[in-house]
Amino acid sequence: MKDTVYSITFGGIGGQGVLKASEICGWAALYAGYHIKKSEVHGMAQRGGSVESHLRFGKRVYSPLIVAGGADFLVCFHHDEQPRLKAFLKKGGTDMTDFLDKVQELIDDPRSLNTALVGVLSPKLPISETCWMKAIETVFKPAIVAENKKVFLTGREIGRP
Amino acid sequence: MAKKKTLQKALLSGNEALAHGAYEAGLGVACAYPGTPSTEILETLAGFKEIDVQWSVNEKVAYEVALGAAVAGVRSLFACKHVGLNVAMDPLMTSSYTGVNAGFVIVVADDPGMHSSQNEQDTRWVAIYSKMPLLEPSSPAEAREYIQEAFRISERFDTPVMVRMTTRVSHTKEDVALGERQVPPRPAFERNAAKYVMVPGHAYQRHIFVEKRLDKLKALAERTKFNRIEPGDGKIGFITSSVTYQYLKDVYPDASYLKLGMSYPFCDDKITAFAKTVRKLFVVEELDPFLEEHIKTLGVKCTAKDPSFRVGELTPESMPEIVAGRAKREKKVVKRPPRLCAGCPHWASFAALKKIDAFVAGDIGCYTLASLPPTAALHSCLCMGAGVTWHEGWRKGAPNKKIVGVVGDSTFVHSGVTGLINAAYNKAKGVILILDNSTTAMTGGQQHPGTGLTIRNEPTKQLILEDLCRACGADNVDVVDPMDVKAFAAILEKRINEDALSVIVSRHPCRLLKRQV
Repeated sequence: MKDTVYSITFGGIGGQGVLKASEICGWAALYAGYHIKKSEVHGMAQRGGSVESHLRFGKRVYSPLIVAGGADFLVCFHHDEQPRLKAFLKKGGTDMTDFLDKVQELIDDPRSLNTALVGVLSPKLPISETCWMKAIETVFKPAIVAENKKVFLTGREIGRP
Repeated sequence: MAKKKTLQKALLSGNEALAHGAYEAGLGVACAYPGTPSTEILETLAGFKEIDVQWSVNEKVAYEVALGAAVAGVRSLFACKHVGLNVAMDPLMTSSYTGVNAGFVIVVADDPGMHSSQNEQDTRWVAIYSKMPLLEPSSPAEAREYIQEAFRISERFDTPVMVRMTTRVSHTKEDVALGERQVPPRPAFERNAAKYVMVPGHAYQRHIFVEKRLDKLKALAERTKFNRIEPGDGKIGFITSSVTYQYLKDVYPDASYLKLGMSYPFCDDKITAFAKTVRKLFVVEELDPFLEEHIKTLGVKCTAKDPSFRVGELTPESMPEIVAGRAKREKKVVKRPPRLCAGCPHWASFAALKKIDAFVAGDIGCYTLASLPPTAALHSCLCMGAGVTWHEGWRKGAPNKKIVGVVGDSTFVHSGVTGLINAAYNKAKGVILILDNSTTAMTGGQQHPGTGLTIRNEPTKQLILEDLCRACGADNVDVVDPMDVKAFAAILEKRINEDALSVIVSRHPCRLLKRQV
């Protein structure tokens, strides 16, 4: 395993499933054998306010927080939040917000926006499809696993280079 | 060759990892009152059937029940947020004298940056004040490991042990390897007046014990692997603790470190020895100059953060600023502020309060959000229960103003009820609104005595708030649904103009409750 640490900033507003999205990625990285640090804030922030989660994985990760200009990817679920969060993105980093409108058109249920956008992100990360599927099985209740896998794979197709 | 058992790994928050560690350590009893960022500790423990877990009425009660269980012979834990520890300070101070029997651990989660709190007090000072050992994990994996060590220290030295988390440690998730549960043999429960009856004569002897114990704990701090020296290139060295260690390691990978996992009692010899191995020494810690002030008294030359950094949470970005000796630059960040949910019954209660243009003594809960515009109909937030007592105080100081006190259902049970008894006893008048949404909403919807369900959602005796208020001595107790706008406004108008002590229970379930079922 290389020493590279991957840093992803997730953002949106309360109720959009921001933490769920970073949770899927976190478990996928865990199944892929990485060391993971993922930060989030609960409580007051969830009452419709800005929600932010940082995920870092690699061989060895120290800080759970990503510095300004330190994120390889920005996964943002709300256009209003993007201007603030793009400060996290490093030069040459990928802003997944560009895919937001396209993904919104493709999904029937706005609640699955988080899974779909993670799907778009997925081919850009060194994690196998098996690990992603296992992560979805871990993170969601059994009744909605199949639906989320489907949405994830739809996103994954868009994200392929 | 025997195959080494592979431990199961899970992605756990600091709170969850700590709970797992406590489970592995054979924890038997756990008590807490919900409070961000500590709430998930008890919620996770409630998932282990072997452990007796309870939401207590408040932190003082939680502390005493858990400590009592330890004295009677079972490993116990009390968890709280930083301000919750203030509520438990009375039993805490004397429990340092009584000591424990089976292990007893205090887990306190500070909230630097006040993500969801009313102050950012640094509870590490409590360790000095109470003469108890203090452990500070810097990550979830460490939280699991440290809690187990805390139980060992507690039993070995006959002391409560503080494990201090912060929001960032509590809510960071990490891949954590989980172990098997091992329950240590139970010590006998015996009558021991000299140890457990803290009358002056006994307490004097126990104070002598406490001072000796502190010396022994100091020796432990010097030799424990939890205070770890990581040699670097010798140019710069850091003495640090908690998550700040993780930030520094990213920014200064080649520096030398003295990473303090057991930050009190201070390991003076280790600190002095470490200082000699580096050319320039920095002490970097979040919030108060807890380590800095002590290290400076040792005559060790070191540089610490500019005092402006004592305010707020540190970040990896702060590290080079601190090392350069710069002051904190306040950044104006425009974030979407939290607000009451759409359809929240509190909107209706506060719309009525706004209409009568009252001075509203507020309390701690979701409804504190009603202080923000456009509602702006709540005018104070001090601590749990002060909605009731500031109402009384304000009326004394400003008898000609229209004053209403508000308090949530869970908060009323926590510490509003004593204020109501006080008001009745001291012939106070006025109107107290209990905003009863039938849950502890702000922390994510926990049960409390008024809901009639336990932490595991088992039915139990339900506290009837209106009966309790009558028993306290309220002249009038009305139960009204705030969503019935006319009826609610009418009762509020009627009661505010009476010369009586009235409680209006504004009852409508939290919008989020239905979704959880």
